[in-house]
Amino acid sequence: MSRSVWKGPFVDGYLLNKVKVCHEEGRKKAIKTWSRRSTILPQFVGITFQVHNGKKFIPVLITEDMIGHKLGEFSPTRTYYGHTADKKSKRG
Amino acid sequence: MARIAGVNIPTSKRVVIALTYIHGIGPAGAKDICEKNNIAAERRVSDLTDAETLAIRETIDRDYKVEGDLRRETSMNIKRLMDLGNYRGLRHRRGLPVRGQRTHTNARTRKGPARAIAGKKK
Repeated sequence: MSRSVWKGPFVDGYLLNKVKVCHEEGRKKAIKTWSRRSTILPQFVGITFQVHNGKKFIPVLITEDMIGHKLGEFSPTRTYYGHTADKKSKRG
Repeated sequence: MARIAGVNIPTSKRVVIALTYIHGIGPAGAKDICEKNNIAAERRVSDLTDAETLAIRETIDRDYKVEGDLRRETSMNIKRLMDLGNYRGLRHRRGLPVRGQRTHTNARTRKGPARAIAGKKK
């Protein structure tokens, strides 16, 4: 079930402050964040976030299409390299 | 032969049922269309008058997104997710379930028929 509209989008408060600062000082470097749960708001567009994926920070440049999604959606947490094809020869 | 919304030609069935042959119109939509045009539930497509067929066609054009348009919209939505590079998009690209279902077993609808794994013995 999706979130009630009357609550408004969820964003961590400190992140909003950081974005504000970023806008006031003009473009500076990317904002490092662990807040994967925050919704992307219109005022985030153009800013690069470093979104933590549990191990490292993935750079995410926010575009207009991303509004309404969460930051965490753009920072995959799992690595999967696929299965090795030659299992038999290894076991051999 | 009744042509409604492009290629669909369902005849000799009840109107409510026949309309669901159109992609984008389900049981609820079909019922809604019939009620709007005052067509009784037991009427069949073959005994619709031309005026009634026309009325149905107009209702669908006005209120529903069907067939090609609907398919295009769906694929555009999927394409948008893929271009965005978010988790759901990645799952679409990989052909894996998008909404958090398990993939250890099952998930055959998305993954397709099972492939034999070389060298796997019980």
